[in-house]
Amino acid sequence: MNTRYLQDIINDVEGTGTRLNTLDIRVINRRTFLKLTGIAGSGLILGYTLKGIDPVHAAPTEFVPNGFIRISPDGKITLYSKNPEIGQGVKTSMPMIIAEELDANWSDVTVEQSAINKAEFGTQSAGGSRSIPSNWDQLRQAGAVARAMLVAAAAAEWNVPVSECRTESSSVIHMASNRKLSYGDLALKAATVTVPALETVSLKNRSDYRLLGQRIGGVDNRKLVTGQALFGIDTIVPDMRYATYEKCPATGGRVIQANLDEIKSLPGVIDAFVLEGNNTVSELMPGVAIIANSTWAAMSAKKKLNVSWDESSASTDSWSRAGTLAREFAAQTGKETLTNIGNVDNAYKDAAKIHEAFYSYPFVSHAPLEPQNCTAWVHDGIAELWAPTQTPQRGITNVANTLGLTEDKVIVHQTRIGGGFGRRLINDFMCEAAAISERAGVPVKLQWTREDDMLHDFYRVGGFHSFKGSLDKSGKLTAWEDHFITFSDASGKPVSGGNMSEDEFPLPLVTNARFTQTMMPLKVPTGPWRAPRSNSIAFAIQSFIDELAKSANRDHLEFLLEIMGDPRWLKPGDAGALNTGRAAGVIKLAAEKAGWGKSLPTGRGLGLAFHFSHAGHIAEVAEVSVDASKKLTVHKITVAADVGPIINLSGAENQCQGAVIDGMSTMLGLGLSIENGRIQETNFDRYPLLRIRNAPEVVVHFIDSDYPPTGLGEPALPPAAPAICNAIYAATGIRVRELPLSKSGFTV
Amino acid sequence: MPDLQLDVNGRQLRIIDVDPSTPLLWVLRDQLGLVGTKFGCGGGYCGACTVHLDGNAVRSCSITAAAVAGKRITTIEGLSKGNELHPLQTAWIEHDVPQCGYCQSGQIMSAAALLSKTPRPNDGQIDDAMSGNLCRCATYIRIRKAIHTAAEKLSGETVNTGGTV
Repeated sequence: MNTRYLQDIINDVEGTGTRLNTLDIRVINRRTFLKLTGIAGSGLILGYTLKGIDPVHAAPTEFVPNGFIRISPDGKITLYSKNPEIGQGVKTSMPMIIAEELDANWSDVTVEQSAINKAEFGTQSAGGSRSIPSNWDQLRQAGAVARAMLVAAAAAEWNVPVSECRTESSSVIHMASNRKLSYGDLALKAATVTVPALETVSLKNRSDYRLLGQRIGGVDNRKLVTGQALFGIDTIVPDMRYATYEKCPATGGRVIQANLDEIKSLPGVIDAFVLEGNNTVSELMPGVAIIANSTWAAMSAKKKLNVSWDESSASTDSWSRAGTLAREFAAQTGKETLTNIGNVDNAYKDAAKIHEAFYSYPFVSHAPLEPQNCTAWVHDGIAELWAPTQTPQRGITNVANTLGLTEDKVIVHQTRIGGGFGRRLINDFMCEAAAISERAGVPVKLQWTREDDMLHDFYRVGGFHSFKGSLDKSGKLTAWEDHFITFSDASGKPVSGGNMSEDEFPLPLVTNARFTQTMMPLKVPTGPWRAPRSNSIAFAIQSFIDELAKSANRDHLEFLLEIMGDPRWLKPGDAGALNTGRAAGVIKLAAEKAGWGKSLPTGRGLGLAFHFSHAGHIAEVAEVSVDASKKLTVHKITVAADVGPIINLSGAENQCQGAVIDGMSTMLGLGLSIENGRIQETNFDRYPLLRIRNAPEVVVHFIDSDYPPTGLGEPALPPAAPAICNAIYAATGIRVRELPLSKSGFTV
Repeated sequence: MPDLQLDVNGRQLRIIDVDPSTPLLWVLRDQLGLVGTKFGCGGGYCGACTVHLDGNAVRSCSITAAAVAGKRITTIEGLSKGNELHPLQTAWIEHDVPQCGYCQSGQIMSAAALLSKTPRPNDGQIDDAMSGNLCRCATYIRIRKAIHTAAEKLSGETVNTGGTV
């Protein structure tokens, strides 16, 4: 079957080893594939084969206490990383947690991506900044179990009680006699020890950590910098063909007809056909598939494709129309009331000051740098896929549903992923590749163009907030009101990413608070985008808080801390909820480190913002200057974060720096104009992601508290935009209420 | 369709039956299996496909393979001398630059072309040379540090940039 097939190739390749200086290369088939290893170095594509990790079938020559760990007698320790690596660093940080409890010397460790196996690993996904908090206990226990078995093996060898043994740096040491056996020495004996029950193994105290909290470089770094790391797009399956897929640029359009005969006659094209799809946007929508003998032949043919679409049920959404409607709604009360605390209307009557403002932010694309792709081979009732997906287990369900297979007939191999940002939580590209391979009867690599990627995203939804707040004579916030104008799907519920929590900050912290909502129907698909909801509402909320502080003639820092009030959990007993003490801690730290209150020249200013998301408490202070022509320079962003203990200090800093610049990039210049259901910005010429010349200094401070560790892929992003906008106000007196910033005439 | 003679990473390769409109990127990836060079946008905007042509950084998605026949092509796979990494590759590891890593081949190739002509670039020169390379994960701060570190190493100076792994 498939794994055996790949194993045959591995054996062949390992047996070849010839290096040729001149090659005759036509298309990659089994023969050239083998020869090519001579050019590309070693192991071109074979990293994806299933390494057996089932202890039942493990070779008796190694110690395999569970699916995460394999120790061989030569001392090599292989740790398996279960979740997809999208750049958030889990392929390094998750094995670090195992290694800590195992007391493995990190230099003995090799990390490999695990297979997809729900029974062995539980949920395997990359989303919601959940990899660390959801797997913290499981990974520690996996390491601790193995350590206990190694200690038991050593104690038996020495005929001493286990209590007289300790572990350090991949070895067990008998403390009294100072005898020492390495994990490699003990591997075979440990393999015969009964696996202890999880509750019987003890976990380390934090004060005993040797590895966690250190700066550890990414485990794939050497491969990445030499071009050897393999992403989904790099998958080569022998005898595979290359495919493209054209869908209606307005979601929901169906194929009436296409110039298939002309396409099939083009050079390099093998076949072209229409797929009807299953009318599920997250799986398979109608379109035209082209199969060719190279990516370029498939892409070239796609440009010559002429499809007439039936758009009778397709999206006709318009961003400009939505903006006009939203401004009309903003003048009225929201259609539904979701939160109503105290009495907002009475507070307005008693107020010394009332302040109102209208905020908006646009739709944006995920635009991961690796365009969507998937390699699929459907044969003999089985679908095998190599997929850069954030949700491989859901992908199995999606593909099974699309092809009418049972889930046990779908095999998904994880690949390294060229950026996720939430786009790859949805597996439409997997379903397309599987359906094309099924129809074509050969393995295919489906490759989306950049234009496909930006035309068929599950976008970050745009939105609008009509705010009203009141202040008493002392400048204290007495009422907070947010009329949120968003979008609904066919079921009448808010679209994915277009909902706001009923206890979103600062609603539960204000004596009188009201949150109402009005929705407009939407067909353009939307989905989670890095720090869903938070990435947009933080801009509006944290900017309006600064507006209220200024309206009260008060310092933003002091005003924000007053809203937080006494240190307490907002949902007692829920460590994933906002804690006002942790919030105040990061706000004060960011302000202190950034020099809050220092005197600055004209045109230069500091701006503060706080946002709580994904269990992370994060505050940021931006220092910016703006010249007379509205040219903005972001000099520095200071981040203070409380996400509990840091796992990998280097990775954690990298995540914060990247998230802050991602937030800044998005607020500066990114936004989609949607007309007649079509996205107008289809490549980077019209979607100006931030480049190195505009990257500011980002300084990160961690509070490193004793709460359970939580994730860092997302929560540092939301405060960046409001911190910068509040700094622009401090520098210029210009209040930014519409994103992207380029709409207001700012340049960088 | 014609055959092509290409000089890739010091090897002379004859490639049979190439559509003359095929960008170098896709010959490298699909026909030579040199997949370290990445596809990002197809329009020369993102720099993920950067390779060296006679030592200059070019976007391989926007230049046909036919146009570069006979010229010296270097890809990320050919940057190191065997197992001896280029100082930029070492510096990239030292600073733990990558997040998703997808753009990094192109970043390093652009940086290598910069250092070959400007051994001690200042920040402005780095900006000019590197602004054609997008990093969607925004690892720009570390990219800048790594280029400075590599430049210092190449010129034999003591390195102390801070913040390294």
